[in-house]
Amino acid sequence: MRALTILILLVMPGTVDAAGLGVPSLAQAAGENNLATPLHRFAVAAPNLSEGIFPCSDCHAGMTPDLRRRELQDEHAAISLQHAAGQFWCLDCHHPENRDTLRMTSGESIPLTESYRLCGQCHGRKLHDWQAGLHGKRTGYWNGDKEYLLCTHCHNPHDPKFKALKPLPPPARPGRTGH
Amino acid sequence: MEDENSRNEPIVKLSRRKVLKSVATGIGILAMPTSNASASVWEAFFQKHFRELSRDELKQVLARLEAAYRQECGREITVKATPPLDGVKFGYGLDLSRCIGCRRCVHGCVAENNQSRQPQIHWIRALQLQKDKGIDLDHAEHYYNPAAVPLDGHFYLPVQCQQCERPACTKVCPVKATWTEADGIVVIDYNWCIGCRYCMAACPYGARHFNWEKAAIPAGELNPDTHYLGNRPRPVGVTEKCTFCIQRTREQPGRYPACVEACPVGARKFGNLLDPAGEIRQLLESKRVFILKQELNTQPKFFYFFAT
Repeated sequence: MRALTILILLVMPGTVDAAGLGVPSLAQAAGENNLATPLHRFAVAAPNLSEGIFPCSDCHAGMTPDLRRRELQDEHAAISLQHAAGQFWCLDCHHPENRDTLRMTSGESIPLTESYRLCGQCHGRKLHDWQAGLHGKRTGYWNGDKEYLLCTHCHNPHDPKFKALKPLPPPARPGRTGH
Repeated sequence: MEDENSRNEPIVKLSRRKVLKSVATGIGILAMPTSNASASVWEAFFQKHFRELSRDELKQVLARLEAAYRQECGREITVKATPPLDGVKFGYGLDLSRCIGCRRCVHGCVAENNQSRQPQIHWIRALQLQKDKGIDLDHAEHYYNPAAVPLDGHFYLPVQCQQCERPACTKVCPVKATWTEADGIVVIDYNWCIGCRYCMAACPYGARHFNWEKAAIPAGELNPDTHYLGNRPRPVGVTEKCTFCIQRTREQPGRYPACVEACPVGARKFGNLLDPAGEIRQLLESKRVFILKQELNTQPKFFYFFAT
């Protein structure tokens, strides 16, 4: 009986580690970053911003932030917030004081180029995969420098579901090509 | 006495074997380049197998091809023969939970690899499958063309050369014109291929395609960065297939294959199977992975996976 317990104890750490999905090696892959330390070292493509909208402080500099949740009437009315079923509103992610930055839940202000840290607060597994190159897209060289696309390059943060695309033409059916 | 016996026999003994032999030789001579053919035609005719070429001979072959392409296409085309990188075995991952079947990869591949436009050759075939049937190739549709993809109730499975570790195609080639390189890419020497199409019949993935006619590619659309074993303009009567963009990936640093670059959803992953920190090993260790037609034991290096 005791031998069986020891055997189980010996086997257990291995199974737990296997279920941990090789976290240390993933961290190595991402340049010694892990989720406990800020992820600063990812070369990312420039954030894709709507024309003429940034820097936000151009308009917001003199304004006192209105912290009330409300329907926006005058500006940004075109934004339809379809993220997390209405649980969010602007200042959950946009920093109320430091207007050109984003706001972590801790209150920390981070630049738009690190928006993945913000997204990763809820989407931890996705951030994990993104660092390892499994989720999202990297461009550049398979054995050299890579550039990460930010979450927002593919997912509109206000309406993140990936939009359907028109497919490129199908192959020609044999016998109908006229050759 | 023996002389007398043999005196009655014809001087030239025309056996069935001799007749066939001389007819074959005659046809063989007719098939050779005519006496007024240019020197390059003779050189092409007597060119050795790619793997038997010395360094100097290879240089001459590449120069001859470049000159021929310059004349044929009216522009400079470089033909490389970059060897495999040390310590590299290429692997590919395709995330079926992301692919939306938009065919950006198909057309990106055509442009990068100088595939024939007419008659049409596509190295990648995107299959539309039904979610309720799963991976059921009997119900696959590759001519789908809805206004927008993904279509409800369907998922998409792009198929290209699986770069098998135990490829059926190289085994059946009667002239050894196709083989596996050290970095795992299955390649074809188009100058050695005799066009018997055994490899096409043997491949369980439909990954090989035949050049029935000379590829008609507008000179402006031709990709001038080519590899001898990859995307150089192909002669009529040879087979071709995906080479993991050998002209891109064998460089230091090497670009990602064109299909990886073209994918708008980031479903395509590429890297070195021997690098434990690389994305392919990471996905093999942490995701649900399957290979196509596993029961055939072809051991593909093309891994389909579900990231979610």
